[in-house]
Amino acid sequence: MSTEITTDVVVVGAGPCGLFAAFELGLLDLKCHFIDILDRPGGQCAELYPEKPIYDIPGFPVVTGQQLTDNLMAQIAPFAPEFHFNRMINTIEKQEDGSFKVATDADEVFHAKVVVIAAGGGSFQPKRPPVEGIEQYENKSVFYAVRKMDDFRDQDVVIVGGGDSALDWTLNLQPIVRSLTLVHRRDAFKAAPASVNKMKELVMEGKINFLLGQIGKLDGENGQIDHVHLTTDAGDLSLPATRLLPFFGLTMKLGPVADWGLELNDNTIVVDTEKFQTSVPGIFAIGDINWYPGKLKLILSGFHEAALMAQAAKAIVSPGERVVFQYTTSSTKLQKKLGVA
Amino acid sequence: MIIRVTDQAGEKHELEGLDGWRVMEVIRDWGLNIKAECGGALSCATCHVYVDKDWLDVVGAPSDEEEDMLDSVGDVKSNSRLSCQILCSDALDGLTLTLAPSAAKD
Repeated sequence: MSTEITTDVVVVGAGPCGLFAAFELGLLDLKCHFIDILDRPGGQCAELYPEKPIYDIPGFPVVTGQQLTDNLMAQIAPFAPEFHFNRMINTIEKQEDGSFKVATDADEVFHAKVVVIAAGGGSFQPKRPPVEGIEQYENKSVFYAVRKMDDFRDQDVVIVGGGDSALDWTLNLQPIVRSLTLVHRRDAFKAAPASVNKMKELVMEGKINFLLGQIGKLDGENGQIDHVHLTTDAGDLSLPATRLLPFFGLTMKLGPVADWGLELNDNTIVVDTEKFQTSVPGIFAIGDINWYPGKLKLILSGFHEAALMAQAAKAIVSPGERVVFQYTTSSTKLQKKLGVA
Repeated sequence: MIIRVTDQAGEKHELEGLDGWRVMEVIRDWGLNIKAECGGALSCATCHVYVDKDWLDVVGAPSDEEEDMLDSVGDVKSNSRLSCQILCSDALDGLTLTLAPSAAKD
């Protein structure tokens, strides 16, 4: 049975712009629930460059992606937004009363008057190696994650990559497979040294194979691979295989957002510059995922967009209510909401 | 300075580069098919290019960190580089490269 959650606003994406939106919405007494495909807040900042310095956030001569995320989490804490991580939105349906029903792949249904899309470059999804026709095998014999280990039992498995995922699954699957070959383009690994050492021991014991190379093409039919062709320094090689696990990390794709019926412009969502509302009233888009003439993909642009969006969202959630514009420096009412007065 | 780029479709482009810009920024600014997801933070490998062999010595070798990022694409060659790690300069006037399939936008 689905979990039903009713809230004022569903924010799609817990990156910096989404997090700051919770602050602006909170000042206007709007309750937020976040939905994010990642397992923690921060979006691209936390996933791609947590330790890299950012120099163009007003008031911070330098701040890392993780520090910015941590500060934003502290800033929105008074409004107690709720987070739902590791979720993908399946559908957004507009209801007769103008509200939205948002369903996730975790069998939750959110009822919200406003939806704010703050999904940056889209949702993080596994990188697909540039192998012709790989799509026909995906989720049948080519997998980008191990959901059920039993799918690999007694199979001829090829794992490609040199990071922790590739090494971890090499070690975890080795005891149950028929054969396992790890393929990496070089003899240097980004994975934990202990995992690399263990893998090398298994190679020495003849329990797994290690090959230097890259995937060339795949053979098979009806979604089932039978051979993986490798390009190696010593020439091309054809390897019998019934399962392939490429681990090349994550990339961002617009994904299901493209199916939500919103006007798009080159993988971004068209918005107006007064409210940052999309072509569907009640659905807003802020940050890198939106487009309007003159758009600059900067975090600070997303912050500005969040403030204007919040005013428009308030008018939808509380129609007819007069909103007096106030500053946090002088308004005791706002300071009480922030817990400082 | 001029950068000569062949895109994934085989079309050739001559791009005007500016001293101090990253080659990735020039390619992106000209609207070619490059994703450049992380914006130059050396965190994604979606600005992957093949540097013409005549230019490899001038461009120099990738750093260890860049090699690590190149592990995250499946079409690496001996002349692979991340274009965000190549800075435009007079010495690179005429630099010739090809966009890798893995750098393409979705």
